[in-house]
Amino acid sequence: MTKTDRRPLVGVLALQGDFSEHEARLREAGADTRQIRYASQVADLDGLVIPGGESTAIARLTEEGAAVIFATVKERILEGMPVWGTCMGSIFLAEEIEGSAQGRLAVMSIKVRRNAFGPQKRSFECPLEITGLGEPFPAVFIRAPLITAVGDGVDVLGVLPAELNAGASGIVMARQKNMLVTAFHPELTADLRVHSYFLQMVGEHVSRPLSSTGV
Amino acid sequence: MTRVTKTVETIGKIATGTELVKRSLPAMLKGGVIMDVVNAEQAKIAEEAGAVAVMALERVPADIRADGGVARMSDPELISQIIEAVSIPVMAKARIGHFVEAQILQSLGVDCVDESEVLTPADEQYHIDKNQFDIPFVCGAKNLGEALRRIGEGAAMIRTKGEAGTGDVVEAVRHARTILGEIRRLTVLPKEELMTYAKEIGAPFELVKQVAEEGKLPVVNFAAGGIATPADAALMMQIGVEGVFVGSGIFKSGDPMKRACAIVKATTFYKDPEVLAKVSRNLGEAMVGRSARTLVGDETLAARGW
Repeated sequence: MTKTDRRPLVGVLALQGDFSEHEARLREAGADTRQIRYASQVADLDGLVIPGGESTAIARLTEEGAAVIFATVKERILEGMPVWGTCMGSIFLAEEIEGSAQGRLAVMSIKVRRNAFGPQKRSFECPLEITGLGEPFPAVFIRAPLITAVGDGVDVLGVLPAELNAGASGIVMARQKNMLVTAFHPELTADLRVHSYFLQMVGEHVSRPLSSTGV
Repeated sequence: MTRVTKTVETIGKIATGTELVKRSLPAMLKGGVIMDVVNAEQAKIAEEAGAVAVMALERVPADIRADGGVARMSDPELISQIIEAVSIPVMAKARIGHFVEAQILQSLGVDCVDESEVLTPADEQYHIDKNQFDIPFVCGAKNLGEALRRIGEGAAMIRTKGEAGTGDVVEAVRHARTILGEIRRLTVLPKEELMTYAKEIGAPFELVKQVAEEGKLPVVNFAAGGIATPADAALMMQIGVEGVFVGSGIFKSGDPMKRACAIVKATTFYKDPEVLAKVSRNLGEAMVGRSARTLVGDETLAARGW
């Protein structure tokens, strides 16, 4: 990460979901955070997290007054701003959602299956091998999606193996350039490694000289 | 994190129904609106309007008040139809203490059970031992002691009781202010006073200690009971809850779809009076409503449970 006397500023989309947990983890991992509800708050962000929540509820908000925020976010992602979607957030970034035409950003070459494991009684936690992160990560899957196909340029970072008998198996973490998705919720545990990984992406991208002037 | 559930943790295998897994579902619903529905058609309207979850029940509280009689868990057939109809989480109500209704709901595949004072209690002494279940429970509370007793029994989410079916927000405000105020006071108590405080409010000491340290409940905290307008929803959010339940307020109003959308937006943009003014326009008639002060005797649903 660039040596700096300013912490990176990471936005957390705060329309609905567990955005406050993400903020807490990001701050512990060394970032400043901002809750994002309006398009005007996006321009100076160094990175953005789209948290877990209910994708149909968020999709509904995109069709109304909040549409402008999604246009702005999409523009910044296409410019290269690092973005990380957890669970619902990953659905939101996907080019394709199986059996659904719901509103989304459609910026990442992945296909997702919503609620791939079934009702809440099939939600689970398990240790998960993640490429480059060492020890297995305590992954929490809540009515989680699966990534069922990836396009060119997408690196698969985590796979839920069939022998875990979770009711479904497949890709649960992937990255395409500045875009990261996890089907699970690192913000719900004290382990900061995935948040640190994302902040590393943010640090690598920040091109403007970081100064102590703040925001 | 302590595991109070019966799940055995095994390395390399998945663990379902843990305390963490149960408390995490409500965390995903924060900032959202959970709507009461009695059939699949209403559930679809709620989902279309942007509800984060629906609550299946036999009759909405306003009708339970009007019809009288014993209110029970919904017909499993209706619940299955609702689960089929929507992709958002489906919750359903069981009577206080009726652990068999809760077992049935879990087997049907509902995502969360509301052990609810809106239905006629099945047990006036004991609540359900919610730690025995793999799915989360939400329970009503009027004050911090009640909230912590329910969490001690395994509730993964708390809501204010308010007064369901009245369209009068005053009791939800009272209960939210009471719980949040008690939490604030608890954070400044010296350590040596915590045990006596736990005794006074009848709450588990470990939970009292945890709330004193963290300044918040260990589970998500929503408002319920009397929320009928977008402004009501935003009021509860500004007071400090993390989301809202709307019962009779939507499907007992003149234009359910429009009102449901407006309440969803008001819950997201709760601090923005311009948005609130915009979404509050031309909603048609609100539910008729009944002042909570005119309730007499056992009409006060919040008095059910302890």
